[in-house]
Amino acid sequence: MSIKQISVFLENKPGRLKAMTGFLAEKKIDIRAISLAETKDFGIARLIVDDAFSAVNTLKENDFIASLTSVLAIEIPDEAGGLDKLLTAFADTGVNIEYMYAFTSNKKADHAYMIFRVADTKAAEAKLIGKGIKILDQEDIAAIIE
Amino acid sequence: MGYFQPEIECASREEIKRIQSEKLVKQVKHVWENVPYYRKKMEEKGVTPEDIKSVDDLHKLPFLSKDDLRDAYPYGLLGKPLKECVEMHSTSGTTGKRVVALYTKHDLDLWHECCARALVAAGATPDDVVQVAYGYGLFTGGAGLDGGSHKVGCMTVPASSGNTDRQIMFINDLNATILCCTPSYAAYLGERFKELGYGPDDIPLKAGIFGAEAWSEEMRRDIEKNLGLKAYDIYGLTELSGPGVSFECSEQSGMHINEDHFIAEIVDPKTLEPLPEGEQGELVFTAVDKEAFPMVRYRTKDICKLIRGKCSCGRTFIKMAKPMGRSDDMLIIRGVNVFPSQIETVLLNNGYAANYQIVVDRVNNTDTLDVQVEMTPEMFTDNVGEVEERQKKISDGLQSMLGIKAKVSLLAPKSIARSEGKAVRVIDKRKI
Repeated sequence: MSIKQISVFLENKPGRLKAMTGFLAEKKIDIRAISLAETKDFGIARLIVDDAFSAVNTLKENDFIASLTSVLAIEIPDEAGGLDKLLTAFADTGVNIEYMYAFTSNKKADHAYMIFRVADTKAAEAKLIGKGIKILDQEDIAAIIE
Repeated sequence: MGYFQPEIECASREEIKRIQSEKLVKQVKHVWENVPYYRKKMEEKGVTPEDIKSVDDLHKLPFLSKDDLRDAYPYGLLGKPLKECVEMHSTSGTTGKRVVALYTKHDLDLWHECCARALVAAGATPDDVVQVAYGYGLFTGGAGLDGGSHKVGCMTVPASSGNTDRQIMFINDLNATILCCTPSYAAYLGERFKELGYGPDDIPLKAGIFGAEAWSEEMRRDIEKNLGLKAYDIYGLTELSGPGVSFECSEQSGMHINEDHFIAEIVDPKTLEPLPEGEQGELVFTAVDKEAFPMVRYRTKDICKLIRGKCSCGRTFIKMAKPMGRSDDMLIIRGVNVFPSQIETVLLNNGYAANYQIVVDRVNNTDTLDVQVEMTPEMFTDNVGEVEERQKKISDGLQSMLGIKAKVSLLAPKSIARSEGKAVRVIDKRKI
């Protein structure tokens, strides 16, 4: 089961990121993880939030370009070699990673959570499950933080 | 300062009017017989060649504009069979279709003659080395001044545009005395010389002929100071042959129109009625000598005024002031004609809605073109590379449509102001 990430277009201008977080704060949306990809001219914010649908709606209502993207969330032990072990499974199954980022939770302090964007989420999921890797779903993510 | 053809350039007003009338009568007969497109326009207006007896009857004739050139593209306005045509040049049209202008040998000859007059007015003699740093090719700048320079008998360096360090090497090594290029490129060369440690006295140039785009007196002073030369303006458009329709003399106060080839009028751009001499309006030209592309009452869309009066240089040709603007929305960016509609076409072809803004500026003496479009949900993905790819597709499309590089900026939705009436599409920040 994949989870929903929200992807937001940000014009490269002071205050644009703040405008986005402002609208999310207004709707009391909790950001679990955020990563920002930037180019010379624009940026794309990727966020994992507690309520992706409400977040996208509020951003759209306020003239942001925002979309939902399926990503894979995987729990790893927060220890040396933890990520390396997981990436071995990706490499072995030939799953290409477009981008990834991570977050931790104080609820399970000895774990870290990796978010992966791959070209074909469903196919990648099947391959990784075959390697014994657990793919988290929306409820798992909710449980980690609340 | 001498003249290339003193008998014409300094002829009496009566003589010029006589030449113009004689050529106009002949030209109207030529288009009536050979250009069905224009004949139809005349018939619609109820004018026949018999109605045109002198320049005083010019106002009876119908106008031509860029739209006609588009409708008649590419050969619909041709006044001579193709086998008599030997060259063509091209410039932007209003909606992507380019304007194609053809020349017979005779047309080339008179065009080069016009450029030769401009060069001689700037002091050229057969002893001079003329470096032509206008682009060669479809653009008329290179070919026109090149031909003019040959006519004067100057040693001509066909450097074409770009490659600044090579330009500088040739100017120094070949002792170039006259430089022909766009004013912005001249300014850039001036800056580059300065960076390399050259003072104005170290540079062999003595005169420059700079046209194809608008420039200010301030810019002229900078160019003259940095390059140590006297800077002359030149005016023309592809539809009328190219540079050399008018040119500046040593007085540097307006450009003498080559009146034996081009009859100038100023009309009210709204009513199209001729305005009294000295009033500001749209400049209209009738090319009375051109065979292959015989433009009669061609609306340039340039807004300016004509200046009558004795000139200290001795020429009797009427002068035109620097154009103050346009009666249409055409922009001249780095010497290239750009219509907002062309940009819109590219954006629509790439799936962008028609909400965009064009920002033109001049940075370090070079025009910049920034096409700002609002991001749309359809064009957005979470993948930076894909968005950049789409951005590049637009800028490639613009480059191939316009012939110049354009930056494409992606803006947040609704960040471009919506106006109640006509949208403000163009922001021109250049101080000219």
